[in-house]
Amino acid sequence: MEHQSPVHRFTIRELKPGSKSSALIVREARRLGFEGIKAVLRSEIYFVRGKIAPEELGFLGRFLLSDPVTQTCDIHTLPLVPEGEGYAVEVAYHPGVTDPVADEILRSGKELGVSGIQAASTGLRYEIECEKGYTLSSQDLDKLASRLLANPVVQRWALGAVEPAFPGSDTEIPPEAWIPIHTMDEQGLAELNRSRRAALDPEEMRAIRDYFVAQGRACSDVEFEMIAQTWSEHCFHKTFKALIDVENGETGELPSQVDNILKTYIKAATDEIDAPWVISAFKDNAGIIEFDKNFDLSFKVETHNHPSAVEPFGGANTGVGGVIRDVMAVSARPFAVTDVLCFGIPGRGEGTSALSVEQIRLGVVAGVQDYGNKMGIPTLNGSIHYHEKYAANPLVYCGCAGIAPRRAFFSNPRVGDRILVLGGRTGRDGIRGATFSSMTMDGSTMETAGASVQIGAPLVEKKLSELILAARDAGLYTGITDCGAGGLSSAVGEMASELGADVELSEVRLKYPGLAPWEIWLSEAQERMVLAVPPEKLPALAELCDANDVEYCDLGFFTGSSNLVVRFNRKVILDLDCGFLHKGMPRRRMKAVPPSGRGEMQEPRSLPIGKIPGIDELFTAIMGHHAISSKEWAIRRYDHEVQGATRLGPFAGPDQAGPTDAAVAVPLETDLTRGVAISNGFNPRYGEADSYNAAASALDEAVRNAVAVGADPERIAVMDNFCWGDPLKPENLWTLLRAAKACKDAAVAHGTPFVSGKDSFNNEFEGPNGEKIAVPPSLLISAMGIVPELSAVRGSDLKHKDSLLYLIGEFSPFYEASVLMDILEDRPGLAAPGFSDLAPSVYRALHTALKAGLVESCHDLSEGGLGTALAEMCIAGGLGVHIDLQNLSAALKYPARTEGENGGASLDNPAWQALLLFGETNGCLVVEVEQGNSSSFEQHFSNLPFIMIGKVSAAPLLQASAGKKLLALVKIEALKRAYFRESAEILDQAEPSSVLDSQESREGR
Amino acid sequence: MSMKPKALILHAAGINRDLDAAFALEAAGAEVEIVHVNKLRANPNILRQARILVIPGGFSYADALGAGRLFALDIASFFKDEVSRFVDEGKPVIGICNGFQTLVKAGLLPGRQLFTSDGDERRFTLSNNRNGRFECRWVTIKAEKSPCIWTKGIQEPVVCPVAHGEGRFLASSQAHMDALIAANLVALRYALATGEPAGELWPYNPNGSPYDIAGICNPKGNVLGLMPHPEDNVLTGPAGRSYHGGRQGSGLTLFKNGVRHAIDQGALYG
Repeated sequence: MEHQSPVHRFTIRELKPGSKSSALIVREARRLGFEGIKAVLRSEIYFVRGKIAPEELGFLGRFLLSDPVTQTCDIHTLPLVPEGEGYAVEVAYHPGVTDPVADEILRSGKELGVSGIQAASTGLRYEIECEKGYTLSSQDLDKLASRLLANPVVQRWALGAVEPAFPGSDTEIPPEAWIPIHTMDEQGLAELNRSRRAALDPEEMRAIRDYFVAQGRACSDVEFEMIAQTWSEHCFHKTFKALIDVENGETGELPSQVDNILKTYIKAATDEIDAPWVISAFKDNAGIIEFDKNFDLSFKVETHNHPSAVEPFGGANTGVGGVIRDVMAVSARPFAVTDVLCFGIPGRGEGTSALSVEQIRLGVVAGVQDYGNKMGIPTLNGSIHYHEKYAANPLVYCGCAGIAPRRAFFSNPRVGDRILVLGGRTGRDGIRGATFSSMTMDGSTMETAGASVQIGAPLVEKKLSELILAARDAGLYTGITDCGAGGLSSAVGEMASELGADVELSEVRLKYPGLAPWEIWLSEAQERMVLAVPPEKLPALAELCDANDVEYCDLGFFTGSSNLVVRFNRKVILDLDCGFLHKGMPRRRMKAVPPSGRGEMQEPRSLPIGKIPGIDELFTAIMGHHAISSKEWAIRRYDHEVQGATRLGPFAGPDQAGPTDAAVAVPLETDLTRGVAISNGFNPRYGEADSYNAAASALDEAVRNAVAVGADPERIAVMDNFCWGDPLKPENLWTLLRAAKACKDAAVAHGTPFVSGKDSFNNEFEGPNGEKIAVPPSLLISAMGIVPELSAVRGSDLKHKDSLLYLIGEFSPFYEASVLMDILEDRPGLAAPGFSDLAPSVYRALHTALKAGLVESCHDLSEGGLGTALAEMCIAGGLGVHIDLQNLSAALKYPARTEGENGGASLDNPAWQALLLFGETNGCLVVEVEQGNSSSFEQHFSNLPFIMIGKVSAAPLLQASAGKKLLALVKIEALKRAYFRESAEILDQAEPSSVLDSQESREGR
Repeated sequence: MSMKPKALILHAAGINRDLDAAFALEAAGAEVEIVHVNKLRANPNILRQARILVIPGGFSYADALGAGRLFALDIASFFKDEVSRFVDEGKPVIGICNGFQTLVKAGLLPGRQLFTSDGDERRFTLSNNRNGRFECRWVTIKAEKSPCIWTKGIQEPVVCPVAHGEGRFLASSQAHMDALIAANLVALRYALATGEPAGELWPYNPNGSPYDIAGICNPKGNVLGLMPHPEDNVLTGPAGRSYHGGRQGSGLTLFKNGVRHAIDQGALYG
C-alpha cells in the first residue's frame, strides 16, 4: 500500500525575511482586532512521499526546493516532533485542488534522478510574532487563518503542523445512478431539481420528464446533469432568447412584446449595418473581423463573476484562461488580454461574504496578473470601477483578442472524425459551474460552492496554445472548441449537435481516480480543448503532442446519427437525442415592467445645489475620486509589453504617467503598417440612473476611445457584456430591454456591428440585513478597431507649448450621475447623459484630421468631464494648459429652467463653472493642434461643433479663466498627487496576504 | 557559409518572449530557429550549427520553485556539455529576464568561480524585487565598462521595458559582490532618463538591485544576462515607441552587436 511510503517535509525559510512581506497581513490582522500582532513570517513547505535516500533528500532540498543564496532548508521525515513555543498556522490545499507546483516537483524530481518520488504537495507556514505579553487563543488563530491566511473554499489549515494531503487514491469508481424521472410527480421533480442544484424551471423539469416518459425509461444521472447544464442560463441564454411581455406604462418606449432580445436588438444591429469586413458574428467562440488582406482578428469578452466572488484569485485566473481559450477555439494566436473589474468601495459597505471587499479586489487583480503574464499575452486595456453594490458580487470581465491568417478559422467536423481532448487532466474542479453561475449568491454560497471553484494552470494552456497553432498550420484538425462551462458535456455536446457521437468516458485522463462518470462528463477542469481529427491525421497530431509535452486522449468519433451516446467501460450511460438536448427546452416567457421609480419623488438636477467648494479644490477631489484616480497599482502588475507589439499601452506620455484612451497593438507577423485599437466603455453610475442612456453612453465611449487613438470609425466592431440581477424580477428585465434597445440604436448610428457578446444574470448578494442587493445594471461595451495608418496614433499627452486646444463635439455637460455629483452629494444620479446624434460625424472628421497629421494629441471627455480630460493630458505630457470658459459658456445650449436655478448659467456662478468643467457629456474630445495647423484643422469641422478653448503652456499649471478673471489655478504636481494617491498607498503595502494570492507568491513572479 | 549567422532560441514550456527575441535577432541580421528543449535533448548537435544562443524571457515551468530554476535544471541535466562548449568557444549567448535567471541558476553566469574556495556552490541569485511584486514599466539602462561583446561601444542609454517580479541581483556575501564589480562584470545598470546612475531609486531601478545592476556578463564577455527587454524596443518609425526622451528602437543595438560578433567569429574560424 502506498501509505506505507514515508512522507518527507521540507521547510524553506528566507535568510533575510523581507520587511514588507507581511505588512498587509499585519495590517489586516489589526483591522480584525488583533492589535498586538507585530510580524508574520511566511515560509514555504513541500511534502514529498516516497522511499528516498537521505543524500537524495539533501539534494532535492538544496538544488530543487530552495535557493541557497537566500534561503535555508530544513528536512524532516513525518511525523514531526511537537513544536516549541510561538504561534504558527500552516495552510495547505484541499486534496484535489489543482497544485501546479506539486506537479513540477514530481516531474523535475525525476529529472534529477530521484526516482523514488511518488507524490508531492505544498503548503505555507505562518509564524506569528506578538508584542510582549500579548497572547492569542486557538480561536483567535482559527479566526486569523479563516479570514486572512487561508480561503476555506480551497484550503485547510492547522495550528502548528499541517498534515499533507495527496491526491486521492480511491480506486472505487462510483457507478452511474438511475433516476426514475419518468414516474415522478411535480413534487418529485422539484426535489430532484433542488437536490441536484439544477436551477431549472418547473416547466423545464416537466419537459425532461416527458422526454423520458416517451422513451419509457429512467434517466441516468449523467443524462440529467447534462440536460441541466445544457439548459442552464449560463449556456443557453434563456433570458436573451425568451418571449417577453412588456408592460409599458405611459411611456411606450418599448414594444408590447419582445421576441428574443438577442435577435431583436443585438443581432439586428449587425444585420442592419451589414459590414462586409465582419467574418463571423455570434456564430463561433469569438467574433471575427478582417484586419488586412493577410490577417483576420478575433475578439471575445467573458465574465467570471460568481467564481471570483468565492475565490477571487482562482475565479479571475480561470476567467482569463477561459476567454483565451475562446480565441484559441477560433484557431487564432492571442495577442491581447483585457480586464474590466468592478469592486465594492473598500471601507464602505460589505456584503455577508466571508471575504472583504479588499480581499476580493487584491485577489482578483493577482489572478488576472498570474494568467495573462504567464501566457505571455499583454494585458493592454481595461478599467476598474467601484460601487457599493458590487461589495460581495464583483464583476470580472475578461477579454482576449487574437490574430490568424485570413480565413484560417473553420470548424467542420465530419462523420468518422475522432474526438480528442487535449491539455489538462480532468478532476472534480468546477463541477456544476454552469448551474452555479446561474444562481443567486447568499450566505451559504461559500459552503456549497466548494466544488465549483476552479484553479488555473497557465503553463498547461500556454503549451496547448502553441500546439494548436502548429496543428492548425499542419491541417491536423477539422473542428475545434474549448472546454468551458459544462466541460466535455458542453464542448462535445455542441460539436456533436448536428453529427451525433459515440464517446467512451473511461478514456479521459484523470487527475486522480474515483470520479463518477457524470463528474468526468461535467467537470470544468481548465486548460482543455476538444478537437475533431480525421483518423489519418492522428499519428501526426500525437507526435506533435509528445514533442510539446501536451497530453491527449481519444474519446470516440462522430457517428452521423441523431443521437449522442456516452459510455463508461463500454456500458451506455447516456443516449440522448441531439434535437431534444439542444432544441427541446421549453421557451421561456417572461415579463418586463418599468421600475417604480425612485426618481418620481425628485426632479433631476441641471446644476449642483448648495455650497460648491472652490474649483481648485474640486479639481483635486475629482482627480482623487475612485472613478478617475490612477489604477497604476493594478496595471503595472500586468505585463503590457510582452510580444513587442504594444504601440500604445495603458500609459501615455514620455514618463508614462497619464492614462491613454485605448490601446493600439501592431502584431509582429503583420507588415507593421496598421494597428488594432482596443477600447471599452462602462459606467455603473449611469447604469443605475438610466439603463438606456447608460448603454448608449458605453457604446459611444468605446467608439470614441478607439477613434481617439487612430481607429477608423468605419472599421470598428463592438461587443456587449450584460451583467444584471435576477431576470425573473420584471423591473430588471425592463432595464435590460432598454439597454439592449440602446445598444441597437447607438450601434446603428455609429455603424459599429456587434460581433459577439455575453450575458450574466443573478448578480445579487445578501446585504448585512439579509436583503438582496443586485449589482447596478452593468453593460460593458468593448470595441476593436482598425488603425489604418500608425502615424494617426498620437496619444493623450500634450506635446508642445503654445499649441491650441479645441473641444470638438456637441458639448452638453450633465450633472446627474456624474463624478461631480458623487463628490457633492450622497444620492445616486436620477438620469444619465444621452447620445449625441452628431457624434458619428465628429469622429469621422477627427479621424481624417488625425490621418492628415493635424493633431498633436487628443483625449476624450468621459467621467469627470472637460476638467478631468485636461488634467490627464497635462499629467501625461508634463505641460500645463490655460483655457477660457467664455466661448464654451456662451455656446452652451441649456434647458431654460437652468435660468434662475441655483444661480443660473453665469460664469460668476460657481455651480455653473463646476458644471462646465466637470459635467459629463458624450460625443466630445479635447484636441491639441499646432497654431500653424489651426485653419486646416478647423476646415475638417466646418459643419460640426468645435470651440477653441485655450492653449498649452510650458508652466506646469492648469489655469481656467473667464476672460480676464481667473477661476482656477492648480499646479500639475497637485493634480498628480491626488491622481496617484490611492495607487501609491496600495503599492506601499507591498505583497498581498496569502489568501489573496498564495499561489502567485510561490510561483508567479 | 551563409552570411547570416544562425541564432538558436531555446524554448521550454512557459517561455513566452521567444517570438520577441526572434523578431529582434532577425532585425539585427541573424537567421533564427526556435528550438524546444525536447528537440534539443533528442539531438544536442543542433546547437553546434548555431552561432548565437538565446535563452528568452517568460515563465519557464510557470516559475514553479523560483524563476528559472527548473529551466536551469534542464540545461544542467540534458546538455551541460554542449552549452559549456558553446560558451567556451566564445560564441555569443544572451539570457533575457527568465533567461538571465536561468543562466545564473545554471551556474553559467557570472561563470568562472570568483573564489577557488567556492567549489560548486552557487553564489549569486536573482531574488524577489525589493517591493515584493511583479512590475512592468519602461526603464533606461546604461552600458558599463565591461568585456561584454553585446554592449560593446554602446554610449547612449538604451530604453526598454522590464516585466518581472524576481530581478534583484544578489550575492551570498559582500566579498562576492565586490569581486564581481572589480572584475568589471556588471555590463548594464539602471539609469535615470539622462543616463545618470539610478542610485537604487525606484522606479528608475525597478527591483532594488544593489549597484543598479541590470545585467552581468562572464569574464570572457560573450555571455550576457539582463532583466530588461531590449527585444521589445527594436522598431523605429510610425510602428516604434518613444519614451524617456526618444531612443526609439534603441534595444536593437545589443542584438546587432551579438550578430556582428558572430559574423566576425565566423570570418575568423569559418
